[in-house]
Amino acid sequence: MVHQYKLNGFNIVLDVDSGSIHLVDDLVYEIIMLFEKADRDGIIRALSDRFDSDDIRSALDEVQELVKQQKLFSQADHAARLFEGREYAVGAVSRTTKERGAVEKRRTAKEECSTADGRLDAHVNTSKYHCWNENVIKALCLNVAHTCNLDCSYCFAGQGKYKGEQALMVVETGRKAIDFLIEHSGSRRNLEVDFFGGEPLLNWQMVKDVVAYARSIEEQYGKRFRFTLTTNGVLIDDDVIDFTNKEMHNVVLSLDGRPHVHDRFRVDIGGNGSYARVVPKFLELVRRRDQGTYYVRGTYTHLNVDFLNDILHMLDLGFREISMEPVVCRPEEPYALTDEDMPIIMRQYEELAEEILRREREGDPFQFYHFMIDLEHGPCIYKRIIGCGAGTEYLAVTPSGDLYPCHQLVDDPSFRIGNLEDGVTEHDLQDAFRTCNVFAREACRACWAKLYCAGGCAANAFHMSGSLLGTDAFGCELFKKRIECAIMIKVAKAVASAT
Amino acid sequence: KKRVFTLPTRQLIDGCGECQTSCQSAKTSCVANQVCEQERE
Repeated sequence: MVHQYKLNGFNIVLDVDSGSIHLVDDLVYEIIMLFEKADRDGIIRALSDRFDSDDIRSALDEVQELVKQQKLFSQADHAARLFEGREYAVGAVSRTTKERGAVEKRRTAKEECSTADGRLDAHVNTSKYHCWNENVIKALCLNVAHTCNLDCSYCFAGQGKYKGEQALMVVETGRKAIDFLIEHSGSRRNLEVDFFGGEPLLNWQMVKDVVAYARSIEEQYGKRFRFTLTTNGVLIDDDVIDFTNKEMHNVVLSLDGRPHVHDRFRVDIGGNGSYARVVPKFLELVRRRDQGTYYVRGTYTHLNVDFLNDILHMLDLGFREISMEPVVCRPEEPYALTDEDMPIIMRQYEELAEEILRREREGDPFQFYHFMIDLEHGPCIYKRIIGCGAGTEYLAVTPSGDLYPCHQLVDDPSFRIGNLEDGVTEHDLQDAFRTCNVFAREACRACWAKLYCAGGCAANAFHMSGSLLGTDAFGCELFKKRIECAIMIKVAKAVASAT
Repeated sequence: KKRVFTLPTRQLIDGCGECQTSCQSAKTSCVANQVCEQERE
């Protein structure tokens, strides 16, 4: 499968199965468009009114050489790496099932996950990706506070309470979560714990105690913990800044951008905006952060589809590591993104990519999380095809110690998958998540971006389509545009360094 | 003069599991942004 597009003056061709990326001239671009529709003579005839015949022939030779090298129109059965010879329950988890998580269909993986043309080669061996085989868990999202000191109406966590009662995780539960992660992590050395909520700083001493506990035993078990913290910033003080700088691999700071945009949603219980309170604290935290990463992370909605202006505002404030995400909400919400917003958002991403290149040239670069892509040292093929890991290698833990497949599903008790005492108890539900990958989703199999997104977010797919094996079509379009922009940036930098 | 410029990329045609989980990075729109742990080390 090949995807080709023009952006910012570049003709870019992606070969999906091999991961190859080519920058081509106009003639080769047109040849590739015709390559599977016409034979050599047909292509020459079709293009000879606009290009020299000898040029067409030599360009065709170049294209055919790329095909021979498996860098263009390559075909690989990546699905076979996971499924060959194995049988898995293919979950059809939907709102209409009597017991959500019940597995409605059981097909062989070969039937479910063969490639679009029905081919499933037998030459590739099976299931090398360890987490897939071993029920290894390597990451936990600890919901240490099901409460919040802000009252943001767009919050997917329902102002931190996840449609339940306010609750704080006690340190004993946090320690059990660390023990649980070590016990279920198999031979995996790198373990991740994200302190999340609600607002985790409302349970700050517990966070510090859990980190200290994990640090006290990680060497004994041959593990290395990476902690992250997501905060609204209201309670940041010197202690938080010093501790996160020392212990948190990454800190996510919630800021939506311009003051009026941020304060539209991010208000306290009294309805007062939080911008003026949190920005100085974020700036101080970033100023003193001398290791690890941080992201100033915003949410854009229908009410600020000109989100590039919010990113520019963050840059003006002095932040250089920025993430800006589309709102996750029900389509009927007044701030939900609409189909009419789509072309505006697409153009915003393109202008953002141009801004990144401009600032890079001027010696003042910044990072935009969703444009960060490492073409040479990115994920291996196994990582790209197993999906996001929700419900299998990644679980969310509630204050009471219940386990959920993902932090975005904690508000739905029917997705409770187990607890820290008994481990995963809903194995059919776990199997349903285990099959959430690009080859189990009809829409993904034919998508050029599947090896960049690995099937995307299962929770978003469920909320938008009612099925874990559905897709969030709107989110998919945004993702594809972001990848096109990210690759264009890489192409532009490669050209700049070569000239 | 050059019609095709091919960028250096990781060939796909591994699996240690030590890399970061997709959603543990910067939580709502999940692999392109990930880096291979072995390459990182």
